[in-house]
Amino acid sequence: MTTETAAGRFGRYGGRYVPETLVPALQELEEAYAAASADPAFGEEIARVLREYVGRPTTLTPARRLTEAWGGANVWLKREDLAHTGAHKINNTVGQVLLAKRMGKKRIIAETGAGQHGVATATACALFGLPCEVYMGALDVERQALNVFRMRALGAVVRPVESGSRTLKDAMNEAMRTWVSQVSDTHYVIGSAAGPHPYPTVVRDFQAVIGRELRTQAQAAFGGLPDAIIACVGGGSNAIGVLHPFIGDASVRLVGVEAGGHGLHTKQHGASLTLGTEGVLHGSRSLVLQDEDGQIQEAHSISAGLDYPGVGPELAHLAKTGRMEVRIATDDEALSAFYEVARLEGILPALETSHAFARGRELARELGAGKHLVINCSGRGDKDVATISARGVPPPVGVKA
Amino acid sequence: MSGEIAQTFARAKARGEGVLVTYAMAGDPDLPRSVDVFAALVEGGADVLEIGVAFSDPIADGPVIQGAAERALKAGSTLKRVLDEVVPAVRKRCPQTPLVIMTYVNVIMAMGEARYAKLARERGVSGTILPDLPPEESASLRATFDAEGLDLIPLCAPTTPPARAQAIAKEGRGFVYCVSVSGVTGVRTELPPDLSQRLDLVRKAAPVPVVAGFGISTAEQARVLSAHADGVVVGSALVRAAHAEGPEAAKAICADIKRGLRR
Repeated sequence: MTTETAAGRFGRYGGRYVPETLVPALQELEEAYAAASADPAFGEEIARVLREYVGRPTTLTPARRLTEAWGGANVWLKREDLAHTGAHKINNTVGQVLLAKRMGKKRIIAETGAGQHGVATATACALFGLPCEVYMGALDVERQALNVFRMRALGAVVRPVESGSRTLKDAMNEAMRTWVSQVSDTHYVIGSAAGPHPYPTVVRDFQAVIGRELRTQAQAAFGGLPDAIIACVGGGSNAIGVLHPFIGDASVRLVGVEAGGHGLHTKQHGASLTLGTEGVLHGSRSLVLQDEDGQIQEAHSISAGLDYPGVGPELAHLAKTGRMEVRIATDDEALSAFYEVARLEGILPALETSHAFARGRELARELGAGKHLVINCSGRGDKDVATISARGVPPPVGVKA
Repeated sequence: MSGEIAQTFARAKARGEGVLVTYAMAGDPDLPRSVDVFAALVEGGADVLEIGVAFSDPIADGPVIQGAAERALKAGSTLKRVLDEVVPAVRKRCPQTPLVIMTYVNVIMAMGEARYAKLARERGVSGTILPDLPPEESASLRATFDAEGLDLIPLCAPTTPPARAQAIAKEGRGFVYCVSVSGVTGVRTELPPDLSQRLDLVRKAAPVPVVAGFGISTAEQARVLSAHADGVVVGSALVRAAHAEGPEAAKAICADIKRGLRR
């Protein structure tokens, strides 16, 4: 089952809205990707790197104490936080950098929000020996110092972007401008399942390994399909990756959680699926936070990875057609969930991932005992400790002061 | 077809001149003063005015036009206000000069394609350039514009393969905008050596005039290109001058480049 209604189109969404200079490069990428996909050797090479280097398959962990605390469905965690570099982003960068090598490209550029995609791209570039430049909003450079260091340690150049809101959307603008100038020898590794065709398809396919593994693991663990899968949604790469293999399974509820920021009434949020309107941003038609004059609004989220005013076109299609349910978690709810997961499961989830956990309790209760809820644990929270600890740490549990 | 653009190119050709197409940002530094900039460009010799409408995420623009867009948005520029306040004022001061709106597709979508086409035509706009709308995405918009007589001016890039460039040229309305360099808008000291061949190829296929733009800022560049194109587009050099020194400075650059276009 696919939601692709024509090449690069997901219902009303998708397409390729880019300067003409880039169109031939996108066509070249589309053709190279089709050829690589048809080549068993390419698939085997990716599978080998994911196994030997990334540490796949990532485990499906029963979350016994969360299950008990929430008092509903059995809760399982798909542990993308255990993948090398600490998030799902590496699945896509390994695939795209291998593809770029196959295409004979000499250098790699990328954008990053939280820095996880930048780190994953820098990692793949170190592994395969290609120079790497990462564009990152200057605000994100400040709040993600750990990942900035990791990228530099891996040999990448981090270029802070000072324009606009100084976050992910501006980093993407600058990466696209750079790509227009150096398109002949450069591959642009987009990290979200967004951007112009074929990126939403390419990124989704490389990330769908999450959902495929989950299918097999669910069968082994509880003898069936999950009853619901929940994932956080910024641009949407972890969500589309875990959800896509289940689109055709009507019994499986697919749930995306968007950044509610300070609340949907405040205009400081990242809820493009819930409050966005149809528009074109970063090369595809999708749901976008914008004003009535078509100016893109600044998003807000405590998590840099969800601080984005757009969303991938396939997720927009899944949301608008009702196949995916969309829920909201605010900054405060995500923070509470972070500590809940830390203290009940011994896992520090990324702030992005904490948004998915924040809606876990109600979903587990809606499903009820005996059902199976899988939360995509998309990344680990080490990168967020400065942001989180700046707000104070709650008292220890079960220890006298 | 709007007709006004074709007439302007025909008149220039009769005078033995290349056409000077100039770009400035509506609303930079504010809406009324940007009208003074457009009028100064025409006084300096501009034949066609590209009126930039600011977008928050201008991926085809370099730092100079990005800065102008930020200033225009701060000054309250919107597509509606440009059509209501800037376009009529420029028409009044420069009644002979065809006006072309240059913006990004999302700005047009937000107003509604048909509503925009009708309103733009009513206000006296001849054409529209959308640098993030390649041919694959433009068929429906072009049909809407054609119905109103508004020209959707296509762009052709240095990376566009020859057959594709010819196909783009054949669908040209108003003129074909040949992007001279792989990159964003902004001044360049050198233009690529194969640009003249590219212009010859597109010119042969296009039923409308062909202009070269991106990176052009001097009379010498204009002189060399005018052998292979019907005109040139100058943008960033004018936006920078108008911002730093005022409309008169932009006018002086126009006059200089226009000299290069007189064969």
